[in-house]
Amino acid sequence: MEYIINLAILFCIYGMLALSLNMVIGMSGLVSLAQAAFYGIGAYATAIGMTSLGMGFFSSILLGILINAIISLVVGKILARFQYDYYAIVSAGLSVIVFSILLNWKDVTNGALGIYGIGKPAIGSYTFYSNATFLGLIFIFTVAVYLLYMWIDRSSFGRVLKGLREDEKLTQSMGYKTKHYKSIIFVLSATLSGVAGSFFASYIAFIDPSTFQLKEGIFLFTIIIVGGLSSALGSVVGALVLISLPEVLRFIGLPYETAAQLQQIIYGAMLVLMMVFKPQGLFGKYRM
Amino acid sequence: MKIDKIVKNFKSIQKGELKPIKPLSVYGLDIIACKNLNKQFMGIKAIDNLTINIPQAQTTGLIGPNGSGKTTLMNILTGMLKPDSGEIRVRDKIRKRIKSHELRKYRIARTFQDGRLIEQLSVEDNLLLPVADNTIFGGLKEVKQDDYKARMEQVLEITSLTEHRHKKAEELSYGLRKLLEIGRLLMQDAEINFFDEPFTGLFPEIVEKVCDIIGGLQKQGKTIVIIEHNMGLIKRLSDHIIVLDHGTLLAEGRPDFVLKNKAVREAYLGV
Ligand SMILES: Nc1ncnc2c1ncn2[C@@H]1O[C@H](COP(=O)(O)OP(=O)(O)OP(=O)(O)O)[C@@H](O)[C@H]1O
Ligand SMILES: [Mg+2]
Repeated sequence: MEYIINLAILFCIYGMLALSLNMVIGMSGLVSLAQAAFYGIGAYATAIGMTSLGMGFFSSILLGILINAIISLVVGKILARFQYDYYAIVSAGLSVIVFSILLNWKDVTNGALGIYGIGKPAIGSYTFYSNATFLGLIFIFTVAVYLLYMWIDRSSFGRVLKGLREDEKLTQSMGYKTKHYKSIIFVLSATLSGVAGSFFASYIAFIDPSTFQLKEGIFLFTIIIVGGLSSALGSVVGALVLISLPEVLRFIGLPYETAAQLQQIIYGAMLVLMMVFKPQGLFGKYRM
Repeated sequence: MKIDKIVKNFKSIQKGELKPIKPLSVYGLDIIACKNLNKQFMGIKAIDNLTINIPQAQTTGLIGPNGSGKTTLMNILTGMLKPDSGEIRVRDKIRKRIKSHELRKYRIARTFQDGRLIEQLSVEDNLLLPVADNTIFGGLKEVKQDDYKARMEQVLEITSLTEHRHKKAEELSYGLRKLLEIGRLLMQDAEINFFDEPFTGLFPEIVEKVCDIIGGLQKQGKTIVIIEHNMGLIKRLSDHIIVLDHGTLLAEGRPDFVLKNKAVREAYLGV
């Protein structure tokens, strides 16, 4: 049972990450590989907030949102100068920069040693100690992010994003200041990824920079490519498939080393096969 | 001046009750104009020191040989291109250039020669895109667009796209794509409507449909600019003709007058 709950929590974390990334890549056509950076910033805000600053979990989430909003606003403005592959490359570069800062700004982040003893969420005197209650809490947040995605998807705001991902100039000519739309969705996506990071930090209780590398951003990219671009359902199905894969490999009894290698190969193969045969992903509504 | 007054004026001029003084004052006010406009592409002058005025509430045929700068002019007037120099005036606003996001404010809409749709969105979404609330929070609140839905139904009907409403734009045939672009223009209910070769490649019955649509806009007193190579259609639809050649103004005026002009026939019709 604990095993299932653990998987479900991971699934919620990656579900939130995939939903928020799909707002940017799928809905708006901004191929960002920087998402792991915002995920990391959220995680570190909670880690530092709860251990050094004596904050509660929820106020640490707010701290993460605030920091991510400021950073993503600036990063979004920088990225707005680029398009397509350049956007992806520059965003990957930014992800590497944030990773280096987490690794080297030792006074604040404790560098490669990471941060221990991150607490659990609490409301009043009630603390979400058990994994089951933690799951309940994160599940509510995940559903909220899902509903938010659906809301934007159906709104006129979302339609403008889907317009600009194909033809920004044309969309502009219909009376929309597209750069504001891009900024807003980028910041929203970054802060939501940060919230996922906060949950991750509290759940694992120990974080170090290695989790938040560029390869995590590429992993998230794979999730939404497999599940489906520009689709809320696709985001969570993609998360489910890719989170379950290592468990399946373990289940069929492969030795740990082999399973880990094979897993990377399968991830890569999935990405390639999807791009070739079903570029919009399983449930996707958009192909790049 | 009231639109119907202009139309009345114009009608009486056509009937010969009023004498035109200068070519432009014939039509009352102009609504959009450019002065000493220039645009080069890699040394080629696509628009060469061009000064023209588009009369309000009239249909202007914009003609000229291939590569004479018609589309380039339309692109500049609709904010899709930035001119190298010159002035543009929309109503009483004088600008160095038009910014594309201001088109809605100026009440300008257009179609494109090469067809420009949001390919991976449905017909409905393509129609709704230009009319939604363009404030950020308004756009977020606006999950249902009841106000626009009624107009969309009308436009779907007029463009015979009703049965294709849920298809993606990329799944439509060439003719339906052209109709969708025109439908998108109709949705915008703009005052100034630009058409870049709306008839090219269409079957005769769709040509008639598009003529009817343009006729409907004429009845509403809209300003219309049509680029078209088919002289029959130009003659039939236009009140005023502007002829471009190598980015300069070759001739302008009433259709019968312009199309008889020797220079026009030489440059354009090759006769
Ligand atoms: N984006 C561009 N880059 C380079 N040259 C261009 C560009 N757009 C137009 N031109 C050139 O500018 C000139 C005018 O082109 P334009 O498209 O305005 O002509 P047109 O009158 O619309 O012709 P057509 O009847 O063939 O549509 C041509 O010589 C064309 O090759
Ligand atoms: Mg042209």
